Amino acid sequence: MAQKGLVEITVKVNGRVVKRAVEPRKLLVNFIRDDLGLTGTHWGCDTGNCGACTVILNGRSVKSCNVLAVQADGAELLTIEGLASDGKLHPIQEAFWENHALQCGFCTPGFIMQTFWLLKQNPNPSPEEVRKMLAGNLCRCTGYQNIVKAVLDAAAKMRR
Amino acid sequence: MAVTAIFGARVKRREDPRLITGRGRFTDDIRLPGMCYAVFVRSPYAHARVSRVDVSKALKAGALAALTGSDLDGKVGPVPCAWVITNAEIRVPTYRPLAIDKVRYVGDPVAVVVGESPEKAHDYAKLVEVEYEPLPAVVDQEEAMRSGAPQLYDDVPNNVAFTWRLSGGDIEKAFSAADVVVEKRLVNHRLQPAAMETRGIVASYEASSDSITAWITSQNPHIHRFLISAMTGIPEHKIRVIATDVGGGFGSKIHVYGPEAVVTYLAKTLGRPVKWMETRRENFLATIHGRDHIQYVKLAAKKDGTILGLDVRSIANLGAYLSTAAPGIPTWLFGLMLSGPYKIPAIRCEVMGVLTNTAPVDAYRGAGRPEATYLLERMVDILARRLGMDPVEVRRRNFIEKEAFPYQSVTGILYDSGDYLAAFNKALEKIGYAEFRRRQEEARRQGKLLGIGISSYVEICGLGPSRAVRATGFGLGLWESATVRVHPSGKVTVYTGGNPHGQGEETTFAQIAADQLGVPLEDVEVIHGDTGMIPFGMGTYGSRTTPVAGGAIALACKRVIEKGRKIAAHLLEVSEQDVEFRAGVYSVRGLPEKSVKIQQVALASYAAGSRELPEGTEPGLESTAFYDPENFTFPFGTHVCTVEVDPETGMVKILRYVAVDDCGVRINPTIVEGQIHGGVVQGIAQALWEQAIYDNNGNLLTATLSDYAVPTAADVPEIETDETITPSPHNPLGVKGVGETGTIAATPAVVNAVIDALSHLGIEHIDMPLTPARVWRVLRETRKGESAK
Repeated sequence: MAQKGLVEITVKVNGRVVKRAVEPRKLLVNFIRDDLGLTGTHWGCDTGNCGACTVILNGRSVKSCNVLAVQADGAELLTIEGLASDGKLHPIQEAFWENHALQCGFCTPGFIMQTFWLLKQNPNPSPEEVRKMLAGNLCRCTGYQNIVKAVLDAAAKMRR
Repeated sequence: MAVTAIFGARVKRREDPRLITGRGRFTDDIRLPGMCYAVFVRSPYAHARVSRVDVSKALKAGALAALTGSDLDGKVGPVPCAWVITNAEIRVPTYRPLAIDKVRYVGDPVAVVVGESPEKAHDYAKLVEVEYEPLPAVVDQEEAMRSGAPQLYDDVPNNVAFTWRLSGGDIEKAFSAADVVVEKRLVNHRLQPAAMETRGIVASYEASSDSITAWITSQNPHIHRFLISAMTGIPEHKIRVIATDVGGGFGSKIHVYGPEAVVTYLAKTLGRPVKWMETRRENFLATIHGRDHIQYVKLAAKKDGTILGLDVRSIANLGAYLSTAAPGIPTWLFGLMLSGPYKIPAIRCEVMGVLTNTAPVDAYRGAGRPEATYLLERMVDILARRLGMDPVEVRRRNFIEKEAFPYQSVTGILYDSGDYLAAFNKALEKIGYAEFRRRQEEARRQGKLLGIGISSYVEICGLGPSRAVRATGFGLGLWESATVRVHPSGKVTVYTGGNPHGQGEETTFAQIAADQLGVPLEDVEVIHGDTGMIPFGMGTYGSRTTPVAGGAIALACKRVIEKGRKIAAHLLEVSEQDVEFRAGVYSVRGLPEKSVKIQQVALASYAAGSRELPEGTEPGLESTAFYDPENFTFPFGTHVCTVEVDPETGMVKILRYVAVDDCGVRINPTIVEGQIHGGVVQGIAQALWEQAIYDNNGNLLTATLSDYAVPTAADVPEIETDETITPSPHNPLGVKGVGETGTIAATPAVVNAVIDALSHLGIEHIDMPLTPARVWRVLRETRKGESAK
């Protein structure tokens, strides 16, 4: 039984099932960061604009600051920490590194997760499509140019 | 410096593996056992007397601490202003970490509460009762100077903190000799830096050593340590500040603010780690803003376009308090650069610094230089139109020639090196200037509005020679430190006082050291951002890190090599003068096969037996250098952009953007281009979209990322970059710095292009940001005027 006022939730996170009791008002981003200690998912605004908290929930990208932790009960969650497998970078991560698509790196996990989702929707996007599909994520350092380049490069790698 | 396999190479960044896998350690990622959370209670009024602050209900509900400004009186001192400028009488009002009698902007903190969780701390904050007696507020700097305006401080008459002056040459003569005088009022509006990571701190008190460890979102951890020590009375050597991963700063994390000192104090008094992270709204309300000048400009010229003189009166909005570097930004960093890339024989500048009921204004990427460049590049374009000349010709006529370097500007600085015309010609050629002019003519016949805008700039960076910056009133010299330590195995650790937070110097500094010492790149580690590990450093801002901190590393490497030479001579049994050093190998002059590697020398230096170390030589192989540059650096270039303006909606579309930048030698061209991309986009954003807006009561209307228009990938164009390379003769690496060129150059390029598109309609200027609504309104007014004729 969960402590008074708390709700027990079960979430499959990066392939591992976790059970936790959370306050009903707790945001998914805080659950990921504070309860699970997965601090690669960042928080950057209160309004769902910046996308630093983007994660994959049941196969779709969500801004985890706009989802309550209790809404993720029974769901499958993929965060930046779950993307590389067996110590091998995901092609999107590789492409971000090779194309200098990050500077301070704070927004980067959100961009990578959004890219992960958008390349599932459209494995062969044009540069204009990439720009439109990333318009829900903000980066203050790169001017986006190398992010777009990296996404196109990742798409090519993943089509191979 | 010659380009080698390492120095000048497009090496992949070593910062990235941790950042792309979610293993970075930003301040908010720090979690410590027993950690509790602070929340600040902030004023909802822009200007009010505070008659009562009552925290008793918060304490009763379980707050671990709840403090008011009075509680902190005598315990945490005021936030210091560290640039008390010369050339002005300046009044520095008291800037308390928590306001006591009066609040002066929306967001001014009045109390702090601490709870076991962030949520609980927010609950306690709501229980703090504050009684305010609202006062009339003033947000505009010109309004604030009028008689009868609300007064922020009893001892700052008319809200004017200072009037600063700088002049050179005979301005009266310049204007009396002029064929044409162009006058304009230009508004360089207020911006919000909007780093993606907000500000914050985790402070932890260690009873066993009676010391504080504080993770702070800081561009300059030693400065934070020094000033937090001064505010809290905790001795400097009992504070360790760590700021390794910082999520962007753009100037806003240079400054020391009240909350960081208050949280440090709380950690010590509670004996528990305390975390505080701003919400985004707090970040926009209370972290510094940038720019905000109203400029009255007069430019004197001859009929042929030769500029004779520039007379500037600027009124700078400083917000409610003088932040850390605030007075120096709209004065020295602005006034010194008013000559730009041009020979201007006479310049007069007066800047009034005015206090208003708004967030403090301080250094934001470019800091004073974008304001100077925008002014000059707008005025040059307006001059060209008045004279019926091509703006290209006016610029060509006035550029400082490459033979004139080092060039003494009339404002009193020595430009290091440059070939302004070369970068200019390259940019025009790349964009196809003449061809675009033909297309523009054609488009106009079809009722389409095409424009091309040029921005030529030179900036002052690599801040800076200590004697020069101290002469401006800056609190400390702007030298930089580096320790280069060669370990017994020959691996190298470089400790730098610079604190990159996105600029990539963990990589470029490893390139410098590996190249100098002739060791493999992977054998060099760069450590920054931890005052417990590195000598006092001045940090990263003002495009100073590569020229100054890089210079320090080069100097330390040189000393390591010299010490190694002594040891190598001993090992090789020859005299020191006969030992050459090249690519990591000491060899006997004329006998290259007789040699030892630097790694062997390193081991010998630690083994330190009689066969390894000459008599009288200290063991070990490392050096610490405090490098004070002999001059500033002066990157330059030309940006050109083409736009199309929709005559129906006023919407501006950037067609092409070309940036030709000369930042001297490029250590890692990929990183340089990244800096330019990001800076240009911030500059474009000022020209077209971003603006911090207050209503007349001092409410910030742009306090969320829904309201403040940080551009997205879909809004911005591809930037075409190119280079010229003119090394700086004034530092060991020939580098100049590139962090700010984008914001300096881009804004006027875009505005000039938009105005160029509208110039045939008789439109000479529109103040930024050139949003569709604003452009459309001007177009409509112009058309009305036309049809009335």
